[in-house]
Amino acid sequence: MATQHSRSAARIMMAPAVVLLLGWMLIPLTMTLYFSFKKFLPLRGGDLGWVGFDNYVRFVSSSAFWPSVQTTLIIVGGVLVITVMLGVLLAILLDQPLWGQGIVRILVIAPFFVMPTVSALVWKNMFMDPVNGLFAHLWKFFGAQPVEWLSDAPLFSIILIVSWQWLPFATLILLTAIQSLDSEQLEASEMDGAPPLARFGFIILPHLSRAITIVVLIQTIFLLAVFAEIFVTTQGSFGTRTLTYLIFQRVLESQNVGLGSAGGVYAIILANIVAIFLMRIVGKNLDS
Amino acid sequence: MARAVTNRRKALNTLVAWSVGLLIFFPILWTILTSFKTEAQAINDPPLFLFFDWTLENYAVVQERSDYMRFLWNSVIIAGGSTVIGIIIAVPAAWSMAFVPSKRTKDILLWMLSTKMLPAVGVLYPIYLLFIELGLLDTRIGLTIVLMLINLPIIVWMLYTYFKEIPGEILEAARMDGAALKEEILYILTPMAVPGIASTLLLNIILAWNEAFWTLNLTAAKAAPLTAFIASYSSPEGLFYAKLSAASTMAIAPILILGWFSQKQLVRGLTFGAVK
Repeated sequence: MATQHSRSAARIMMAPAVVLLLGWMLIPLTMTLYFSFKKFLPLRGGDLGWVGFDNYVRFVSSSAFWPSVQTTLIIVGGVLVITVMLGVLLAILLDQPLWGQGIVRILVIAPFFVMPTVSALVWKNMFMDPVNGLFAHLWKFFGAQPVEWLSDAPLFSIILIVSWQWLPFATLILLTAIQSLDSEQLEASEMDGAPPLARFGFIILPHLSRAITIVVLIQTIFLLAVFAEIFVTTQGSFGTRTLTYLIFQRVLESQNVGLGSAGGVYAIILANIVAIFLMRIVGKNLDS
Repeated sequence: MARAVTNRRKALNTLVAWSVGLLIFFPILWTILTSFKTEAQAINDPPLFLFFDWTLENYAVVQERSDYMRFLWNSVIIAGGSTVIGIIIAVPAAWSMAFVPSKRTKDILLWMLSTKMLPAVGVLYPIYLLFIELGLLDTRIGLTIVLMLINLPIIVWMLYTYFKEIPGEILEAARMDGAALKEEILYILTPMAVPGIASTLLLNIILAWNEAFWTLNLTAAKAAPLTAFIASYSSPEGLFYAKLSAASTMAIAPILILGWFSQKQLVRGLTFGAVK
């Protein structure tokens, strides 16, 4: 149905978006690659020449690297497990007939709209503060010693904060998926006498598997980049330095741009591995 | 749903769901409540829930001391500006991909999505350097451009999925009647596309408002939006709970309200149409 005329018009209409995104991707990416092969210290001598793969080797062999990978995996993994498991349960719960469903849904979704710096600070000061925090009050009420959350259980604390932010996202998507489930199928299985657990395992969970995959992939991409929550709580201390935070420190705090850029290239590769899987699913969806 | 549900079961569901909902919402509720307390009441042990002397003093103090309105204005300009510019650029692109698809349309869409996956920290220094060179560091225009670019893929995708739902037959009929491309867009597509564009606008304002990597790294005092303003409460000001709460409440209230309107778009926008 498209004529030659409309084809060329379409190309022109697409051009601004394509050109801008191409520039946004290629220019910084090329620069990062360029810096990653240089010894570049803006505050201590500037450009000190080419060093080949030196930065790549040094970034991986620095004592901070493996702990940061481990921290990243624990945070991403922890948040994924918590949000997906609770998300499935919450989605099933909210799908049940109940009074005030709309309001409950709003209450559950709300944390997603709170800006990361606010949620991190509110949790850090008003809940986790060992003297005046609400948890400290609660612990004292039960006669327990208040916990110094961010220094004694730093990873748990950050996982808690980030999970609180992302649980609404998982719940909302899984709820949307559950609502598309054919209720006749469930009714039929109920009449056949299938116990609730079997219905969950054989009908609901398989139906949700695609949505769960999507939640996991999208959240992984965002969780790998978690920044503000660490920036305003621990600043990367107490073993909360993720790969993202380590690169940030190399680049902006110690101004070792070459080293940081090599780290940046690793982060880009890592994110792309996850992205490939996500794109496959999204791409398949485009065809249908 | 034709299943017969006893009232007892429904009551039990309601009880559990409301308890869980309130538990999840509690940190926000607590922040809002604390913003109306005095500093002494805010750290009172045992904690005070509803029975305290409600005061608006914190809001006045926050505004007076920190020039809150300036940060709010920065947020409005940056979030609103980046979204509007993004939509102006994305509408033609999404339109052409939805209605004049070619063999490469799918690849272009997926490629656009892939730019969204680029970890920001990987290009932090190049952008920082470019900002210094171009004099964009700590300016609203610089941040507006960056936020527009990081959200452009989502905007294109959302608009694309909305435009796809507009039946092609209507367009063909219009063409048969001799409508030119311009008329087609102006009189047929635009009215049908307005709801989709509005939803896209809403979700992207929310995303831009809450963005907290570039806003923290590319601004200082002048162009800082609310995300950066709140981060400055990290310490020691953050220990003044009532004022922290007042500042936080003001920063999240507009978005909470917008967010409630955009629940459905959230799913579509953030899963790139993979879950509807």
